Amino acid sequence: MRVGLITLILLLTASPWLNATQLRGTGDLGVVVERADGSLQVIETTGNTILGRIEGLGDLSHASAVFSRDERFAYLFGRDGGLTKVDILRQTIVNRVVQSGNSIGGAISQDGRLVAVSNYEPGGVRIFDADSLELVADIPATYGDGKQSKVVGLVDAPGNQFIFSLWDAGEIWVVDMDEAAKPVVRKFKEIGLQPYDALITPDGRYYIAGLYGEDGLALLDLWNPQQGVRRILNDYGKGQQKLPVYKMPHLEGWALAGRHLFIPAVGQHQVLVVDTDSWREVGRLDVHGQPVFVMARPDGRQVWVNFAFPKNDTLQVIDTQSLKLVTTLHPGKGVLHMEFEPRGEEIWVSVRDIDRLQVYDTATFTRRAEWPVLKPSGIFLTSRAHQIGL
Amino acid sequence: MKRPVSIIASLLLLCQYASADGIPEPRRYELLNLLKHDCGSCHGLSLKGGLGPPLTPTQLQGKPLDFLTATILYGRTGTPMPPWRPFLSDAEAEWLAKRIKRGVQ
Repeated sequence: MRVGLITLILLLTASPWLNATQLRGTGDLGVVVERADGSLQVIETTGNTILGRIEGLGDLSHASAVFSRDERFAYLFGRDGGLTKVDILRQTIVNRVVQSGNSIGGAISQDGRLVAVSNYEPGGVRIFDADSLELVADIPATYGDGKQSKVVGLVDAPGNQFIFSLWDAGEIWVVDMDEAAKPVVRKFKEIGLQPYDALITPDGRYYIAGLYGEDGLALLDLWNPQQGVRRILNDYGKGQQKLPVYKMPHLEGWALAGRHLFIPAVGQHQVLVVDTDSWREVGRLDVHGQPVFVMARPDGRQVWVNFAFPKNDTLQVIDTQSLKLVTTLHPGKGVLHMEFEPRGEEIWVSVRDIDRLQVYDTATFTRRAEWPVLKPSGIFLTSRAHQIGL
Repeated sequence: MKRPVSIIASLLLLCQYASADGIPEPRRYELLNLLKHDCGSCHGLSLKGGLGPPLTPTQLQGKPLDFLTATILYGRTGTPMPPWRPFLSDAEAEWLAKRIKRGVQ
């Protein structure tokens, strides 16, 4: 009896060891960037808990992540040009290369073998072997008389392609990596002034770059690239005074609900609704501030919006059927990022200034969990591994 | 006898609190947080540049303090730099400009 009790106690207290050796899937895992500390929190979304912390990833301001197709490894793209491969299960850094002076984002190829990083300095895209992180291709974003452009809006597309936009040059480039040793670059010029970010529709067909320097967006139909880049929503800001922009909006994390695409209006307190058949604006919604992320719940029924400074303490939810505001939440100052769980019943929210990570129920809008996390920014769940463009 | 001492002590405390710039310590903390995270969303968390140019002392060498203060307050037309005047006093903008010129961290 006594021996049994002691064994039980020993077993219970040894549970960390048990956890370490227990078999576990990764489908309900994710990482949260602690932007100021260069660390990651590993989260799990079944019990809404934090599993551990990984340190030593450099400058993670504006960092983002993509996942290996087995959902075990995350590739982190840091501001300092660092590309870090992380083992989520072991919570360790597997490999890390500093591949440029200043980078902004990345993507993983359709076949999972290549990881591409978009750089500000020197402007261009570098492509690495996903396994070894060895450089496979270097594509400087050279334009005009030899200048190099900052690169934004890098995504993967079917056919082992990478697509990105050139902020300074106003161009969209499509890189075909079918033969990794011989990348084929196709350039689309004069697409508009200062593309600031881009998205690819979840079917991988349309690449859409938002423009900062003028109204409108640049649309490339990847099923018919010979048609070239077409301008849509050319005059959405017409007759309106553009407000100063305190934070660039994001287009990553597409917001496609049915046939409607929801996108932030630059310099306006509005979300634009675009019909993806005609590519015309079919509505616009007045919101609390300048939208930063406009994200559709995976079922497309709701769109969640966060806002730029100084209105970044608020989240708004829009019903995509009635186009009406459903609710306004006040998670705290510095709502930086949101991530839906794969089937959309919960959403994770980073609240930077109060150092909190929160989980909300998307039906009742009640808070399900809250964790202290240092200056949280991007939240990335492993389910992204199987989504085109993410 | 005890009183003057405590008055002097609290005055000293107050001086430290308000500082020579007239910006109280908690506000300075807020301003540095703003610089790091909100200016940082374009200029980089460590101010080494992003979509916006780097704001390192080397980069800003030769740029007069007035010019930097005015850029913070009024923005730069023709660029994405917005005016921060709605959120900052003249003194606060100048304090930030000085801090940036000197180098943060």
